[in-house]
Amino acid sequence: MRVRDTDWEGVRLHVVTGKGGTGKTTVAAALALALASGGRRVLLIEVEGRQGIAQVFDCPPLPYGERKVAVAPGTATRPGGGEVYALAADPEAALLEYLEMFYNLRYAGTALTRLGVVDFATTIAPGLRDVLLTGKAAEAARRKDAGGFRYDAVVMDAPPTGQIGRFLNVTAEMSGLARVGPIRSHADTVRKVISSPATAVHFVTLLEEMPVQETLDGVAELTGLGLQPGGIIINMVPPPLGLPADQLRATAGGAVDTAVLAASLKAAGIDDDGRLAADLATELIAQAQTITAGKAQRRRLAGAGQPRYDLPLVPYGMDLAGLYRLAAALREQGAA
Amino acid sequence: MTGVPPPLDVDGLLRDRRTRIIVCCGSGGVGKTTTAAALGLRAAAQHGRNVVVLTVDPARRLAQSMGLSSLDNIPRPVPHVSGPDGGSLQAMMLDMKRTFDEIVEQHADPDRAAQILANPFYQSLSSGFSGTQEYMAMEKLGQLRRSDTWDLIVVDTPPSRSALDFLDAPQRLSRFLDGKLLRLLTAPAKVGGRAYLRVLNAGFGMVTGVLTKVLGAQVLRDAQTFVSALDTMFGGFRERADYTYQLLRAPGTSFLVIAAPEPDALREASYFVERLAAEGMPLAGLVLNRVHELPAARLSAARSLAAAETLQAADDGAQDGAGGHALAVAALRLHAGRMELAASERRLAEHFTAAHPHIPVVQIPAQPEDVHDLEGLAAIGESFLRA
Repeated sequence: MRVRDTDWEGVRLHVVTGKGGTGKTTVAAALALALASGGRRVLLIEVEGRQGIAQVFDCPPLPYGERKVAVAPGTATRPGGGEVYALAADPEAALLEYLEMFYNLRYAGTALTRLGVVDFATTIAPGLRDVLLTGKAAEAARRKDAGGFRYDAVVMDAPPTGQIGRFLNVTAEMSGLARVGPIRSHADTVRKVISSPATAVHFVTLLEEMPVQETLDGVAELTGLGLQPGGIIINMVPPPLGLPADQLRATAGGAVDTAVLAASLKAAGIDDDGRLAADLATELIAQAQTITAGKAQRRRLAGAGQPRYDLPLVPYGMDLAGLYRLAAALREQGAA
Repeated sequence: MTGVPPPLDVDGLLRDRRTRIIVCCGSGGVGKTTTAAALGLRAAAQHGRNVVVLTVDPARRLAQSMGLSSLDNIPRPVPHVSGPDGGSLQAMMLDMKRTFDEIVEQHADPDRAAQILANPFYQSLSSGFSGTQEYMAMEKLGQLRRSDTWDLIVVDTPPSRSALDFLDAPQRLSRFLDGKLLRLLTAPAKVGGRAYLRVLNAGFGMVTGVLTKVLGAQVLRDAQTFVSALDTMFGGFRERADYTYQLLRAPGTSFLVIAAPEPDALREASYFVERLAAEGMPLAGLVLNRVHELPAARLSAARSLAAAETLQAADDGAQDGAGGHALAVAALRLHAGRMELAASERRLAEHFTAAHPHIPVVQIPAQPEDVHDLEGLAAIGESFLRA
């Protein structure tokens, strides 16, 4: 039964990537909140060992264990609140868990750790590390308990755009190392989940040239690898200036009538020291240029053919209220 | 009240002929590459230095900002850079696999080198290991320094997943190559030959058993072949790692921590500062990029917003819908928002200085658009002046 229409119906694993500085972790957290609203249970996984989720939700560092970090709001159709769980996945713990799950070899864990087997996994075979981390997310997305799926959705705060193809393309990474064997078949299973329609990779970007370029490159790369690119989430969109299009263009070109501005300032009772109107005009021109440049980037993003969502610029020092605002914006636009 | 940080004299640093290496570090997305390029350009064009900028960023951003279509493992001259004193600027992008291959070829005889280069473990290590990029960047820095072709090397560090990777990589790699596990993998030939291995013997059979079970016998065989082939090179690797580490601490090297006035970036910057101090690395200061500066800062956010509302009300009340204040309303609302942003940026910078009162800081104003030409880089360079 479909309760609501979203653009990602049927997607159980949401992978969120983005260039450094675009707010990838914040957006992943907001997406988890949005997906959880209306009484759903969502797991948010981080894989880079940065404890970014704990910072976003303002809670103590996460252990290797699924822990509830937030309550999501209800919706009109489903008034009950939802839950966001979080997990800081770490390859060492994932490896030990894997050994226990498939080989009942937990006892060997200590010896393996002491001998540097885990160093081995994370150092010499990056493909192995990635397969363990993506494997953990894939496992959580498919895990079932008495009531059906344990989580309605899993959101992964994944590595940055420049590394996402390699990170997700686990089979290829492993194929050079392990052509046969149990790790290889584990990689193949993970690959099946990652490349299935139940997984989507979302890109977080800003309306700036470099992040947009990396997003377009990333979408093309994933498509080439047979993975499903998801939405493009445009973060920190500045509020509109509220000027008609032709005036915005003129302003970006530097044409601001400071006499008009000065007259208005006077009408508002603000003393102009003779420079204030001109200084405000300078600020206005710079912002008009930023917005105009952003429009050009928006057109480039449209070329990727993926759904796009706008998130407003929330003043720095993003707090929980800001996070809920972003989650609401994602829901309103159909991303969750 | 919070103190004001000492100004960071970037021009003084670039002008000083004793400065031979500048390492730019910081988290991803703070404008590290652009800053490195701007430093290189300014040193060449304003201070007559022969500069090479080494970038490791796979996004080829430096190439774009320097007007080059591609960069490879060889320094290329950046065209149209000329200074009053015959300065020059070259730029290169790190090819980490090629750099690694070259080390192998240098340290092993041709047969052994070929064997190593063909091994799947080597291929994975040389192209994928998260520390390899950091390690090879430092290796390349060492090579550039040894060649003594340039009198200033500006390095842009990889966007590490954590601040520690960059300083740790050389030691981590050499520790790994020297590690117990590798000894264990090569052990079948020498079990019992070393005292410490005898201690491990009890667990030995079990561990290789587990490894075979989990990885498969073929993977283990490849790993063993790789390790035996590398065995002769351990000494060389460690020596190079030590050389690089010493180079970073030597007089003539300066670290610049790059950040943007955002919580994550400044948290990472604090981490870098503490780490560099702990390692005895020479930190010159903090470059705070993308600071929003407002020409009309003397008008407060509150007054600006109140005036915008007054004018909006006047416009709304005007009979023909044309009160004529639309431009001022837009400007005042924008100004109020920008003032709030600037205030939160200032708070963040003050937090940093409160925690690190002696670290010199230079602020670089936010640019209205992306920097992608020499002119833009030169403009950033100009703002170093104002410190």
